[in-house]
Amino acid sequence: MPSYAGPPTAARTGDVAGTLKLLAYLALAVTLIMLDHRGGWLSQVRRQATLLVQPLWMVAGWPGQMVERISDDAGTLTQLTAENRRLRNDLMLNQARMARLQTLAADNARLRGLLDAAERGKLDVVLSPVLDIDLDPTRQRLVLDAGSRDGVQVGQSVIDAGGLLGQIIAVTPMYANVLLLTDPSHAVPVAVARNGVRLVVYGEGRSDLLRVPSVPLSSDIKVGDVLVTSGLGGRFAPGFPVGTIASLRPDDSRAFLIGEVTPAAQLDRGREVLVLLNQPSPLPGATAFNATTSPAMSAPSGAAIAVGQGTAALPGAAATTQASPAPATTPAKPGTQAPASTPAKPDAQAPAANKPPAQPAAPTEPRR
Amino acid sequence: MTRVRPQWVLPLSLVVALILGLLPLPPTLQPLRPYWLALVLAYWVIEDPDHIGLGVAFLIGLAGDLVYGGLFGEQALRLVVMAYILQRFRARLRFFPMSQQALAIGGLLLNDRIVTAAIHIAVGEPTMPASSWLAPLAGMLLWPLLFVGLDSLRLGRWRGR
Repeated sequence: MPSYAGPPTAARTGDVAGTLKLLAYLALAVTLIMLDHRGGWLSQVRRQATLLVQPLWMVAGWPGQMVERISDDAGTLTQLTAENRRLRNDLMLNQARMARLQTLAADNARLRGLLDAAERGKLDVVLSPVLDIDLDPTRQRLVLDAGSRDGVQVGQSVIDAGGLLGQIIAVTPMYANVLLLTDPSHAVPVAVARNGVRLVVYGEGRSDLLRVPSVPLSSDIKVGDVLVTSGLGGRFAPGFPVGTIASLRPDDSRAFLIGEVTPAAQLDRGREVLVLLNQPSPLPGATAFNATTSPAMSAPSGAAIAVGQGTAALPGAAATTQASPAPATTPAKPGTQAPASTPAKPDAQAPAANKPPAQPAAPTEPRR
Repeated sequence: MTRVRPQWVLPLSLVVALILGLLPLPPTLQPLRPYWLALVLAYWVIEDPDHIGLGVAFLIGLAGDLVYGGLFGEQALRLVVMAYILQRFRARLRFFPMSQQALAIGGLLLNDRIVTAAIHIAVGEPTMPASSWLAPLAGMLLWPLLFVGLDSLRLGRWRGR
């Protein structure tokens, strides 16, 4: 550790070597950036290396978990009472809704039977704790404490009680990475629940805002419209709530509207999410799980989930108790979200009815 | 180099820097998150140039890219640039008073922001929001703390600057 920088001549040769080294490393880094950006065949290397990095993510998740646990423990009696009352109210409300939905479900099943709609599997999900949250302006990701061991695969949709959260982009045996809707590189094809107008929602890098650019001025869309996944593109199952239009303003060219969308899912809160396993494998465990999770979800989402899975809701499944919310779903959405359900229903139905050709692609696509 | 120094301080400080960069922060503080990895690396480039050079900076940058999941090579490039500048001015930096040193580090972090923005524009990645330009300020304010802290860990005593 020389305390003196040394004579200038010695430094000069060091300078040249240093500059050469700098150039070499810069070239290497730029090559890597280009390879990663263009080709994407670094992704394999990356997936392997991610395994090494996982312990770090876990450690980084600890403080958050600790804070959550402490705030849980510190909940005062009044808070708990209030929460309890609210939950009980919710439960009652949801039960009432369910009761109504069951009649609709029977109706729907009968009508679908008439239409000869194809049977689809039940809702199959994995409940996964969130291990780490990464909400950067340029990166909106989650790390889930569930991986390929639990059946999670790249491309599967991730939802919470409110609606769609994002999709799985990387999986290791123990963990999975979720690209959130709000990531600037994320886009979801959606449809307006009211009338089926198709749009694409983009992430903004903010966890409370999504964007719909380039809405034609003529399209029938207004503030307060609920957007649900349209299922086009085959990545997301149709029917999950994505968000609500919060504002519409003309863009710079004045030829289009730009919409701001409030996400339906709680992207920056919550510690557990559901991963939709698209495989229609009616495991006994999975059905039991369905029974436990569905009450936890609020009615609109529960209903919407079912829409996704059961675009062609199964006539047979209507008999079983857990599956009953599923067929109920398509009518449920207009019912719960637009009070004037009867006129809205045929409209909302229309895009869903168009779906089945696209829908079979959905389960296979994520496995690529 | 006569004193025996704890060898674990260097790797540990880097790992801690990686984790600090990962810790979830409330959204309001998010843009202020300093570039911990650069700060810690800067310390080691200044204080232990025999072991920490451009190569190590490059490798640490790759590790950072893996952990944070950005463009592979981006942080490597940023840290190499930073390490190079630090090496150039190391002799002067070491004898700066702490406040001046912090200013210099702030300047380096600002430069790092510019490099980042340039990379993002060059590859067409989304650019950082305006508020992220405050992060160098946070880094600058943290530098004296970090420097004194790491120094005391490395030397086993307070240097008393």
